[in-house]
Amino acid sequence: MSFSEADIAAIWLTLKLASTVTVLLLIIGTPIAWWLAKTQSWLKGPVGAVVALPLVLPPTVLGFYLLLAMGPNGFIGQLTENLGWGLLPFTFWGLVVASVFYSLPFVVQPIQNAIESLGDRPLEVAATLRAGPFDSFFTVVLPLAKSGFITAAILGFAHTVGEFGVVLMIGGNIPGETRVVSVQIYDHVEALEYAQAHALSGVMIAFSFFVLLGLYGFQRKQTSFLSPRGV
Amino acid sequence: MTAKQLLLSTVLFFAGSGLWIKQLYAAEINGAEEINVAVASNFKPVMNDLVAHFQQQSGHRVKLSFGSSGKIFAQIKYGAPFYIFFSADQAKPIALEQEGLIEPNSRFTYAIGTLALWSTKKNFVTEELLRLKSGDFNKLAMANPKLAPYGAAAVEVLDHLSLTASTQPKWVQGENIAQTYQFVSTGNADLGFVALSQIIDKGHSNSGSIWIVPEAFHQPIRQDVVLLKRGKNSRAAAELLQFMRSGEAKKIIEAYGYKTLTSTSKTIPITTPITTPITIPITMKNPEV
Repeated sequence: MSFSEADIAAIWLTLKLASTVTVLLLIIGTPIAWWLAKTQSWLKGPVGAVVALPLVLPPTVLGFYLLLAMGPNGFIGQLTENLGWGLLPFTFWGLVVASVFYSLPFVVQPIQNAIESLGDRPLEVAATLRAGPFDSFFTVVLPLAKSGFITAAILGFAHTVGEFGVVLMIGGNIPGETRVVSVQIYDHVEALEYAQAHALSGVMIAFSFFVLLGLYGFQRKQTSFLSPRGV
Repeated sequence: MTAKQLLLSTVLFFAGSGLWIKQLYAAEINGAEEINVAVASNFKPVMNDLVAHFQQQSGHRVKLSFGSSGKIFAQIKYGAPFYIFFSADQAKPIALEQEGLIEPNSRFTYAIGTLALWSTKKNFVTEELLRLKSGDFNKLAMANPKLAPYGAAAVEVLDHLSLTASTQPKWVQGENIAQTYQFVSTGNADLGFVALSQIIDKGHSNSGSIWIVPEAFHQPIRQDVVLLKRGKNSRAAAELLQFMRSGEAKKIIEAYGYKTLTSTSKTIPITTPITTPITIPITMKNPEV
C-alpha cells in the first residue's frame, strides 16, 4: 500500500484543518455553551436550535449557501472584502470558517451538558471564597467539566476530518489548500482508481476507529473513577 | 379478527391481486414497458425533454436516475438495475464495454459537448481574451480535468493558447461541470470554462460575457450511450436507443447547445470566436418538433 504525493498532501491538510478548527471551536463554543447552560432567556431555544442546525441540514445545502454568503454578493463576502481579506471560498481559511459552522453542535452540546450537570453549587462555593469569574472558570469549571471538553474536542476534530459535502461545495479542489482526504478519496472513486481509494479509505477508517475507541475508553474511565456517586 | 373481517380482507386481497394482474396483462398486450435508465447529471434537462417526447410516442415508461458518470459506472458494475447508461464521457462506456457489461456493438455517441468560457460580468470575456491572458481576474473555474471531459478540454484549450502555466495558480476545480457553473454563477470565480448547454438552459446567454471555444482547440467532448446486459431483451430499450438516433431527438439535443454526430458544426449557431455580448435565442430550447 503506497500513497502518492497528492494523497499525503491531502492527509496533512486534513490534519491541519481539523486541528485549527478544533482550537477555534473550543474558543468560540465554550462561551456559547456556557450561555446556553446558564441563561433563563427566551432566546435559549432559538440559539440552541441554530447551533444544532448543521446536524439536520444536508452538507451540500449548507455548503451551497456558504458559497453564496461568502461570495462577492453575500454578506460574509462583503464583510471580508471590506476588511481587506478578500473572498473566502477556495481558500484554507474559507474551509476553516465553514467547518466551524458545520462542527459547532458537536462541540457546544457536550460542553453545555457538562456545565449543566455541574449545577450552580460549585460556583456559589467558589464565589464565597472570593474567586472571580475567570478564576472560578479555570480552577472550578474546567477541571470538573473536563470530560465534556475532551469529548467536545475529539468530536469536533473527528467530525471535521470526515467533512465532505461542505468542502466539496466551497473548496475548489486546490492541492495543499482545499483538497482534503475525503475529497481525494471521492476523486479516486470518480476516476475509477479503486485501489488508491481503498488505501486512503483504509487509513481513514483506522484513524476514525482509534479516535472513537479512545473517546469511549476515556468516557468509561471517567464514569467509573471520577463519578463514584453516579453523576 | 372476526370471521366477517377475515372474509372481507380475503376478498379485498384477491380483488387487489386481480386488478394488479389485469394491469400487468394489459401492459403485455400493449407492449408497453417500464425501464430504468441511468443518465449523467449534466444531460438532465435535455433527457427530461427527450423522454417526454419518447414516452408520448411509444407508450413506454422511462424511469430516469441521474448521477455522476463515475458513480453510475460503479453502480452498474455492482448490479444496478439499469437498461441503458447515458454517460457524460466516452471513457466509462468504453470501460464497461471492455469488462463485458454491455451488449456488444451498442455503444454510440449521442451528443458532443460545446465548451464556453463564461463570466457573469459584462465585457469580461472578449474575443481577444485579454483578461485571461493578462491574469486580470480572481479565479478561473473549470471541471476537474481528471474526472470530467469538460475539464480535460479546458486544459487542452489553455495548452493550445499557451496559458496553462500562467493561469494554473488561479484554477479552482469543480467536481463536475454543474459545480463549476455554480462557482461562476455565484460570482466567486470571475471566469470559468462551462458547458454551453448550461448557459442556454439557465437562460444566461444574454447576461455577462461568453466566448464559445472553437472546436479545433480541443478533442471533441463525446458523450456515449450503451445498452447494458440487463436491457438486452427489452423492446423499450431498443426503441429508446433508436429514438436517440432520430432527427427529432437530434434537433432537441442541438437546441440545448450540444452537437450531434451527423450535424457537426453547421447546426450550431456559433462556431467561431465571437465578441460579447452574444444572444442565443431562448426559444431554441423548445424547438418545433
